[in-house]
Amino acid sequence: MMNLESIPIQAFLIVSSVLFCIGIWGLLNSRNAVRVLMSIELMLNAVNINLMTFSSYIDNDLIQGQVFTIFVITVAAAEAAVGLAILLSLYRNRVTVDMESFNLLKW
Amino acid sequence: MSIAITTQFICFTVLSLVILIGALGVVLLESIVYSAFLLGGVFMSVAGLYLLLNASFVAAAQVLVYVGAVNVLIIFAIMLVNKKEDLKPINDIKSRRIISTSICLTLLSLLIRVDLTNIWSLSSPQNSIGEDSTIRIGEHLFSDYLLPFEVASVLLLMAMIGAIVLARRDVMNKDISTGLPVDQELIEKSSEPLLTNKN
Repeated sequence: MMNLESIPIQAFLIVSSVLFCIGIWGLLNSRNAVRVLMSIELMLNAVNINLMTFSSYIDNDLIQGQVFTIFVITVAAAEAAVGLAILLSLYRNRVTVDMESFNLLKW
Repeated sequence: MSIAITTQFICFTVLSLVILIGALGVVLLESIVYSAFLLGGVFMSVAGLYLLLNASFVAAAQVLVYVGAVNVLIIFAIMLVNKKEDLKPINDIKSRRIISTSICLTLLSLLIRVDLTNIWSLSSPQNSIGEDSTIRIGEHLFSDYLLPFEVASVLLLMAMIGAIVLARRDVMNKDISTGLPVDQELIEKSSEPLLTNKN
């Protein structure tokens, strides 16, 4: 066992990298539109973990990373509300949540 | 932080495992309801990681906003649109899976390489601010981050109005596409969808 004073910063960064990549995979491969929104939330959480880690390990007196995380949480809440409202009106017009059938902008 | 280092390691390992396995469950599970509840678990574990990083205020905000608002909103949306439907099979699904998975793995290897090879200039007394972080966040929000703070409040107002307008059924007296008067009742009536897939 190594003699460490604290958890290494790399551990947090690797967790957030893996979480971000899982989010991207879900974003690219989901057929259900609600699951796409959930993947976006996963990616935003990965970014938040990164910001909090740097705020705690590098910028420890001026905790600007925590302020940034608060703003990201605010934007994520607004994004979830608007995204789900768009999803509801799409469902009303198309009677499906399949991502493959949303092709109104295709030419 | 006053917790012993071994305890910190155990907490970190457990929380990371819950986060990663839960996230895999969110994207891989067949049932969307299970995914939504697993997503709540992931959010709670991320709040635990914030506590481990000595940020109690942000952890509380994470639990309140993500678990209390976003997750409940997602579960409501699933309840409103949850219809059993047979998805049309895509013919080139296998090549799409291979391409997207390889893109994700490449990105993951790049990120991990940066994480491990870069030499981080860490400040020596780590987490020295401790419980004063809430006071410090308040000072930031009302001095040098005042403009983003006010813009965020405008953004939330706009998101609220936009969500109401988008999700409401009848905003006008007359239907734009058919010209018929629309009924303003709150209960959904079955009507012909405007943009059903013709092909």
